Amino acid sequence: MQYEAFIGKEYAPFTFEVEKGRLRMFAKATGLADPIYSDEAAAKAAGYRSLPAPPTFAYTITMDAGQSFNVLEDMGVSLPKAVHGGQRFVYHAPICAGDVITGRQKVTNIYDKKGGALVFIETEIPLRNQLGEAVCDLYSTVVVRNG
Amino acid sequence: MTLKFNDLEVGSRIPDVVKGPLTRSQIALFAVPSGDHNPIHLDDEVARQGGLPGVIAHGMLNMAYLSQALIGIAPQRNIREFSARFQAMAFPGDVITCTGEVTAKKRIGEENIVELKLAALNQKGEKILDGSAQVALP
Repeated sequence: MQYEAFIGKEYAPFTFEVEKGRLRMFAKATGLADPIYSDEAAAKAAGYRSLPAPPTFAYTITMDAGQSFNVLEDMGVSLPKAVHGGQRFVYHAPICAGDVITGRQKVTNIYDKKGGALVFIETEIPLRNQLGEAVCDLYSTVVVRNG
Repeated sequence: MTLKFNDLEVGSRIPDVVKGPLTRSQIALFAVPSGDHNPIHLDDEVARQGGLPGVIAHGMLNMAYLSQALIGIAPQRNIREFSARFQAMAFPGDVITCTGEVTAKKRIGEENIVELKLAALNQKGEKILDGSAQVALP
C-alpha cells in the first residue's frame, strides 16, 4: 500500500448543528440518567447553556460529517479490513445543544508494523463552536489489516 | 457526585459503572443517535458474512459507557482528556464493568488534576477497552 502521499492531507472543513433531540436520544441510548442530559432547565441550573453533549458525542459529530471513512476511501482500503483502534478526546469547553460546530480533519501519520501486515492511520480533528472557541480535539487511530 | 482532589490517592479506585447484560435493542438504539449505521451492529446475517458470530456492540458505545465512570466522580466539564484503545468486541448478553484507578495527582496551571487508568471488562474479565483520563477536581 502506497500511503506516504496521504500523510499531511487535510480534508474540507465541515459543520454540524447540535440538536436537542439528538442529544436526548444519545443520552437515552447510553443510559445516562442525569436530567442535565434530557431536561434543559436542569442543564442550565448546572451551568450549561443548554443540554450538554456527552463526552464521546464529539466522535458522533465527526462521523456524521463523513470524516470516519474518507481517508480509507481515498486510500482504496476495503472498509471491512479497517477497525477503529483507538480514540482520544482533549476537552477545552462543553459542546451544548444549539451549538454550530466546525472542524477539519488532518491525517497526521501513517505507518506500518509486521512488515506491512498492519497499517496504522492517525488523524486529528480540532472542533470549534460558533463563537470560535476550541471545544474538543479528537485523535483517532484506525488499523488496517492487509492481505 | 463530585469527589474532592483530597478524596483520592494514587491507587484509589473510583466506583465501577456496570452496564448490561447488553441487548440487541440497546445496540440497535445506539446506531441512530451515534451516526454509526454499520449493519454489523444491526443484522446478524451481515455480521456473519464479515466473519463475526453475530452483531457486535459499537466500540463507541463501549467508550460511552466507560466515560460514565468519569461522570460518576465529577461533572463532565471537569474531564480534560479521555482516551481508549479498542481491545476486544462486546456482544449481546455481555455485562460490561467500567473501572478506574488513580495513577497520578498533579497540579497543572491552576487546576488539581487526577490521572486515571481505565478499563472496560466483560463478564469473563476480558478487557474490551483500555483507557486513560485526566479529570480536574476541586
